[in-house]
Amino acid sequence: MHKICGLAVFLLSVSLSTGVPAAEVNIYSARKENLIKPLLDQFSAQTGIKTNLITASADKLLTRMINEGQNTPADILITVDAGRLYRAMEADIFQPIESEKIEAIVPAHLRDPDNYWIALSKRARVIFYAPDRVDPNALSSYENLADPQWKKRICIRGSGNIYNQSLVASMIAANGKQATQEWAQALVDNMARPPMGGDRDQIKAAAAGQCDIAVANTYYYAKMLENKKDQAQYQAAKKMAIFWPNQAGRGAHVNISGAGISKYSRNRENAIKLLEFLLSPEAQDWYASVNYEYPVNPEVKPSGLLGSWGAFKADTLNLSKLGELNAEAVKTMDRAGWK
Amino acid sequence: MAKSKIRSPVSRLEGLWQPGILLTALVFSIPVLTIASFLLYPSGDIWQHLVDTVLADYLLNSVLLMTGVGLGTFSMGVTCAWLTSLCQFPGKKFFIWTLLLPLAMPAYIIAYTYTGMFDFAGPVQTQIRDWTGWEYGDYFFPEVRSLGGAIAMLSLVLYPYVYLLARAAFIEQSVCVIEVSRTLGCSVWASFYRVALPLARPAIVAGLSLALMETLADYGTVSYFGIGVFTTGIFRTWFGLGDSAAAAKLAAILLLFVFSLVVIERWSRQRAQYHHTTNRYSQLPVYRLTGARALIACVACALPLIFGFILPAFQLSLWAIDTYAVMIDSSFFKLVLHTILLGVSTALLAVLLALFMVYGRRVLASKLVFASIRVVAIGYAVPGTIIAVGVIIPLTWFDNTLDSYMREHFDVSTGLLLSGSLFALMFAYLVRFLAVSIQSVESGLVKIKLSMDEAARSLGRKSADILFNVHLPLMKGSVLTALLIVFVDVMKELPATLILRPFNFNTLAVRAFELASDERLADSSTAALMIVVVGLLPVILLSKSIASSRAGS
Amino acid sequence: MTFQLEVENLDVRYDNYQVLNQISFALESAKIGCILGPSGCGKTTVLRAIAGFEPAFGGRILIDQIEVSSSHYCMATERRNIGMIFQDFALFPHLSVADNIGFGLKSWPAKERQERVQELLAMTGMPAYGQAYPHQLSGGQQQRVALARAMAPRPGLLLMDEPFSSMDVDLREQLAREVRDILKQENITAILVTHDQHEAFALADEICVMNEGRIEQRDSGYNLYHQPVNRFVADFIGQGVIIPATVESRHSVRTELGSIEGKLPPQREKGALVDVLIRPDDVIHDDDSSETAIVVDKSFRGADFLYFLRMDSGIEVMCLAPSHHNHKINERIGIRLDVDHLVIFDRSN
Repeated sequence: MHKICGLAVFLLSVSLSTGVPAAEVNIYSARKENLIKPLLDQFSAQTGIKTNLITASADKLLTRMINEGQNTPADILITVDAGRLYRAMEADIFQPIESEKIEAIVPAHLRDPDNYWIALSKRARVIFYAPDRVDPNALSSYENLADPQWKKRICIRGSGNIYNQSLVASMIAANGKQATQEWAQALVDNMARPPMGGDRDQIKAAAAGQCDIAVANTYYYAKMLENKKDQAQYQAAKKMAIFWPNQAGRGAHVNISGAGISKYSRNRENAIKLLEFLLSPEAQDWYASVNYEYPVNPEVKPSGLLGSWGAFKADTLNLSKLGELNAEAVKTMDRAGWK
Repeated sequence: MAKSKIRSPVSRLEGLWQPGILLTALVFSIPVLTIASFLLYPSGDIWQHLVDTVLADYLLNSVLLMTGVGLGTFSMGVTCAWLTSLCQFPGKKFFIWTLLLPLAMPAYIIAYTYTGMFDFAGPVQTQIRDWTGWEYGDYFFPEVRSLGGAIAMLSLVLYPYVYLLARAAFIEQSVCVIEVSRTLGCSVWASFYRVALPLARPAIVAGLSLALMETLADYGTVSYFGIGVFTTGIFRTWFGLGDSAAAAKLAAILLLFVFSLVVIERWSRQRAQYHHTTNRYSQLPVYRLTGARALIACVACALPLIFGFILPAFQLSLWAIDTYAVMIDSSFFKLVLHTILLGVSTALLAVLLALFMVYGRRVLASKLVFASIRVVAIGYAVPGTIIAVGVIIPLTWFDNTLDSYMREHFDVSTGLLLSGSLFALMFAYLVRFLAVSIQSVESGLVKIKLSMDEAARSLGRKSADILFNVHLPLMKGSVLTALLIVFVDVMKELPATLILRPFNFNTLAVRAFELASDERLADSSTAALMIVVVGLLPVILLSKSIASSRAGS
Repeated sequence: MTFQLEVENLDVRYDNYQVLNQISFALESAKIGCILGPSGCGKTTVLRAIAGFEPAFGGRILIDQIEVSSSHYCMATERRNIGMIFQDFALFPHLSVADNIGFGLKSWPAKERQERVQELLAMTGMPAYGQAYPHQLSGGQQQRVALARAMAPRPGLLLMDEPFSSMDVDLREQLAREVRDILKQENITAILVTHDQHEAFALADEICVMNEGRIEQRDSGYNLYHQPVNRFVADFIGQGVIIPATVESRHSVRTELGSIEGKLPPQREKGALVDVLIRPDDVIHDDDSSETAIVVDKSFRGADFLYFLRMDSGIEVMCLAPSHHNHKINERIGIRLDVDHLVIFDRSN
């Protein structure tokens, strides 16, 4: 009995005794630990500021932050899509980021008009095709995927996924509700199989012949190509080619990973320092080379694999729109029977 | 008139027991009540939208999933339990404990590995195409990421619940009843269907209800397979559509399912208050199986083991061999330590609380206590994320209220006292897993006749004294079972851990999930394998305890 | 006179259902009382109320002059200084025999505890079984351990709930006598609950016959048999038949089998129609008797036969005859009455 009580008291005291060291910054991150921790460690080494991290999905972190209110320990919320940043701003848990340095680096369409949030990296959602079965000249845009010629030839993941929700939201912004509803309906008809798995699975399925076209984020494709240890994935990726949609129009759909500073942050200065660091050329380059995401800092030019794909035209829709239209996008997909 | 309901008079200290239990029950119901309270908010057109589009799908898929998993876990669990308790065949001793191993396998991990192996683009199908020259559409291969696949995955890791409880029931059955039925002209198999199986029904139903509650609460597997069930629907509605009231309505329907499960389970027990009719136990007779029969028995036991454990563990090992060097660093051992500490302390607390409540019900025999215990048990079927949200809201409310009070009156800030601490995390675990410990402790306690309590009381012992000197020694098997199952469950738990943990606090499940959900199956395998390894020890202990838990020996 | 146990107007109810109705009795120190009755009569409830497992709805219970139960109070069992033997013995299966016996001696110094356990093992004739476990013992041995365990703390009152019901019939009376000897040796006040009158006779100093929640008669075994106060007791204790009779005088009644002399209740007038209890031992087989009856059935009981006889009027009686009188069924034999205790009831219907 005493042992048990002792253990409980110990655990409680450990958990409560989060003392306040001189310099620290607390991060709630929807970016997975292995894609943020190395940068944080580097930041700590450079500045001596301690970083504390929790990772979880953005929705849950958002719920936690909103409920924690003015006592939230979080200084920074990092998400992997713009919709959640917008939602956080709507929930009034962000404050404007006051840094001329940051304003100078991040292009206007990649941050909130009032600087409540900023992008840290860009991620493009594009079309992949099997060159032996698909003539790239037949491809043109996302809208074109609804064309009857692709009947039973498209692989795309489920509608619960935020990347698809954002893509559909961007289409509603570009083409309106009605047109997007019809497009979604036609796209569901063109699916080769019910949506399942992640982005890599779509590319693999297309490579294996289950479908001819896959929709996925570029960095998954890049990781498949670069990880030669997993030969099956590498071979699958090699069988596929990348197509940049809507180059004649608004450009390829781009989402971001981004961050905002908590309204109740107690380490504001440190938080700004961290964001500045994450936008610095070395951090931006790390994203490009480790996770194959496109840098936000215009000074950093993608190298290696990303560089070899060349420049592309990206949709410059203000990303706040993605957040505004997210619920409409989910409803549209529900109505279309997009599982 | 209420007085006459007091079966056993209690001392003054024990007078606080009933209020204590009711208070405990209330505290642990807060998260579920919090979620339920969202029903009061208007949800407007979103609910109508759900009804128009996806609700029928959710309903149908949930029912199909539960039916499938129910059948799967029943057939595997009961068959293996019967074979390993009352038959003799080569390898029986090995199967007795290895059949529990899938318990250590989180459902989402097994789903990832099977997808990796049997997907269209996976090695098996690729090999088939290479050999035969077939293309897509030329041949039939069952799709892993389907409703059937989800049923298979969940059945494979959840059947041990049925196996565990059914086997314990078979072993504890007095040999007399089986012998009587044989003297009445029933064959071995007829004795099984007509006597042993009905006698074990309460245990089997208890096992099934645990398995089905886990099924209802599962999110990882169904969302990976893209199946629209209630849990996935709740997430979409809450986070995608941003409507917590409509999500709560879905959750309420989910709770309705759970509630009916609980009622069915109770009903089945009530109709069968099987106290053992004899105290005499002798060595169980074993039916020696030979030849083809022995082979069939072997295969029947081997299949769940191979598909539920060996094959996925093998695949994980293959991946881990490639990646472990990178994945095991100093932080990895901290992960293991965190995971074990959290599991052990939660398991101890869960069992203490279960004893407090279940023993209280035995001593007090109050309907109110009985009902409150059932309410607490509902948390088991509620998905971890939902519970986590239900924990965050009241705890942060408490913290912030206290904080502003202290600021106002004493000019000090207490900040977030409970939320964001391990306390919040363990609280969520207890809300979710108290049902397991209650279930197990209760099953041990009902087997002890009331005359034991009365004998001890007449010899001058008090309730607490009796609990420690009579009941606990007699039910140590059940208590151990409760400890171990809660430990394994906590270790595998993911969504609540993700959202509630304090800064810089990771567990093995978090690590495995983060990598796997990033579609890095190979990298996640080291952590996943470690979960399995850490889970093995308690599972082996568990099997030892059920092997030696023959009443009267 | 001091009573070790007093039960006064005890009422017990389960959810409005009255289980015990105005139960009153008392037991002197060092006496063995018995509550005898058919199953479902409430006898076990009396015991459980005394033990404190059931609260009293009305009335009160005193043990050793101290009130332990009343309508508004119920002392916890563990404070009542009682011992109890259960129908299923309720031995703790995880404890050895010695540990079972020592279970109630927790507060005793180790040495004294050990001595007491040894003493009881010797007293119950099981000195070699201290380290054995309950499941290794026979039913009779388990029963002795249960007795020893209950007696170990020297309780002020020992309660026994059908303690012999799981025994073989032959063993019951023998064990009952053994238990009686041990109880008397230790001067223990005890109360036994049973449905078996032979057990009651063998063990108890006085017996309460219970039926449907009330006490019908409280007396010695001898008196219960020979002077039952009503038909229920007459029927429940021993065998016998009730036959019609007419009051002849203030000292006799007339039956078909002849006159019976004895003390009549004062209000019986001459010529009144009554019923008389005739026990098998009241009917004597006598070949010289002018009264005869036909043997309808018979059962051999070793030393004697119990004959079931039908008289010409159709009335049936039972007769206990030495077993060397072996008559066939349907044979006509001579009988006569020899009634020591005249038991008269109002004529039924």
